[in-house]
Amino acid sequence: MSTAVRRASFRHRIALNLRAMKGRAYPRVVGANRELSWLVTETLLPLLGIAAYVFIYQAMGQLATAAALAGQCGDVPCAEYIGGADAYIAAAQANTADLVAAVVLGGTMVAFWLNVLWSMASQLYWEKEIGNLQLYMMAPMSRMALLGGMAIGGMFMTSVRAIATLVLGVIVFGVVFQVAQPLMLLAVFFVTLIALYGMGMLFASLYLLWGREAWNLSALLEEPIFFSSGFYFPLGSLLRVPGWGPVVAFAGMLVPAALGLDALRQLTLSETAFGGQWLFNVQVELGLLLVLAAVLLVFARFALAYLEMLSKREGKLTSRHQ
Amino acid sequence: MAYAVETRDLTRIFAGKKSRKQRKGSSASDDEGTGPVTALDGVTFNIREGELFGLLGPNGAGKTTLIKILATLLLPTSGQAFVAGHDVVKDVFPIRAQINMVSGGETSGYGLLTTRENIWMFSQFYGVPSKVSKERIDELMHVFGLWEKRNTKVRMLSSGQRQKMNMIRGFVTDPSILFLDEPTLGLDVNAARIIRDYVKDWVRKRTGKTVLLTTHYMMEADEMCDRIAIIDRGKILACDSPHNLKGMIRQDRTFRLEVDALEETSTFSGIRGVKNFSHKNDIATNRSHLTFILEDEGPVADILSAIMAQGARVHSVQKTDPTLEDVFISMVGRGFE
Repeated sequence: MSTAVRRASFRHRIALNLRAMKGRAYPRVVGANRELSWLVTETLLPLLGIAAYVFIYQAMGQLATAAALAGQCGDVPCAEYIGGADAYIAAAQANTADLVAAVVLGGTMVAFWLNVLWSMASQLYWEKEIGNLQLYMMAPMSRMALLGGMAIGGMFMTSVRAIATLVLGVIVFGVVFQVAQPLMLLAVFFVTLIALYGMGMLFASLYLLWGREAWNLSALLEEPIFFSSGFYFPLGSLLRVPGWGPVVAFAGMLVPAALGLDALRQLTLSETAFGGQWLFNVQVELGLLLVLAAVLLVFARFALAYLEMLSKREGKLTSRHQ
Repeated sequence: MAYAVETRDLTRIFAGKKSRKQRKGSSASDDEGTGPVTALDGVTFNIREGELFGLLGPNGAGKTTLIKILATLLLPTSGQAFVAGHDVVKDVFPIRAQINMVSGGETSGYGLLTTRENIWMFSQFYGVPSKVSKERIDELMHVFGLWEKRNTKVRMLSSGQRQKMNMIRGFVTDPSILFLDEPTLGLDVNAARIIRDYVKDWVRKRTGKTVLLTTHYMMEADEMCDRIAIIDRGKILACDSPHNLKGMIRQDRTFRLEVDALEETSTFSGIRGVKNFSHKNDIATNRSHLTFILEDEGPVADILSAIMAQGARVHSVQKTDPTLEDVFISMVGRGFE
């Protein structure tokens, strides 16, 4: 094959796969506008979940304040506390504000995790059920273009919902974020999304073979990951828990949301919030997220190719109810 | 001669389902599982470029399995298949760029997209530029009578409209080879007619276009196809033009009888001069429909006697020209239903 033909062929493949990504992203992008019920189900309802944690943290802050006014500052009498009761109350209020901000941020990121589970990981299973999968697999596009289109559409759709939840959370709970490094914040956010959706792509490949069990697995991965990734509390606090705490915290890091959230909280609160108890510093977390993103995307690519071949051999690629 | 499709000794065996005992190692089981199923058994045939080729056979004959192997969605267990000169196992991407497939009763697409958007989306997976795609969609929507529904969400379409949309999806990528798997299944007469006419025109009026059509509607195959392969239980029984296939039994006599429901039909095979016959009970009318392939008209009296010996009345007797189903009956001794 001549160089010119190879170049033309390469350009053709690039154009084909970009169009395929655009095509697959399209239903999710327009879906965000066509079914406005999401305004209730995906912004107001998540806000209720966030509110529950906010009220708990605020109640804990008020208990600490009340105890300080009664002369007890944590484990010591306020007379022995450096700065006295006033300093203790100020610290308690700052801590409560940080916790509320952490919960609002975590609650916002929950939307992405749920999207990865239900609209990425389980998606190929659903595509098989409605008969789309065989049409996708028969098309000449790269399988990564298919997954990439799903991911980009999902990111867009979820970003709209997440931003709405975040804005509502900020307004309702009076959260103030302090962003000192906006570029770093954007970098961490997007690398976290790429890594998260890379994990979704990998799961999508695996779910292709698991069929109906995929539904159960997605359900199983919801609440435990909310906890182990620290969606509603700073994950670094688990490092202080003797025994199981660090184990859960480090296991949770396998899901990119854990590192991403930890870094986002450092960048929007302050590095000294929660006593400076973070998993790693932001630069290290960004590096780990980049590694996770690359590994997950490569794994997703090969897993889908392998599982497509296996499904074709076993006749499970197109048959429903298997 | 350039072949659009070529298969050599193509075989596909599906592993059976494991019994509960095999799956769990338990001894208690009322679930026996199933053994391996041979869906295709040494299929060898070819389709010439520019041909409208039919695969005719009853449900479960192996038609869809064959199409799925050719569409690179399923691997053969053994044998070889080539589409547009490329191996369906080793060289799938050049094949995929040149083919498309539409199945009857398809429910593909997304309900929240409009008909037009849905077809456009699928065209993007083949890299068709948006402008070209939209022009083709508009043209095809007029042809298939779907223009009025262009902005209707897919979930609001009737099954006939949905199938027309599926057909447009198949043509919008302008494939060289189109696989149509029971494309008129369940459609009303008008919708089926529009689809058949367009498919015939598409192959005849454009150069280098090939269609492989699977159907169990013999009239459809007879009317549309240049050549037909009759397939049953994974084997190709005959392959020729409809005229030549019917010529195989042209010297025979075909009789159709409608009689009171019969319980016993095995006596017919013992009547001299009966080459083969099929029997179908109609529960609604409590009648039996019999088709006999006879060497001559001699056995008719014996057949009628055998029916009346069971106390059944004969409601009608027709001598008919041979159809493709009669060819099938003469080969395997049963009809398509």
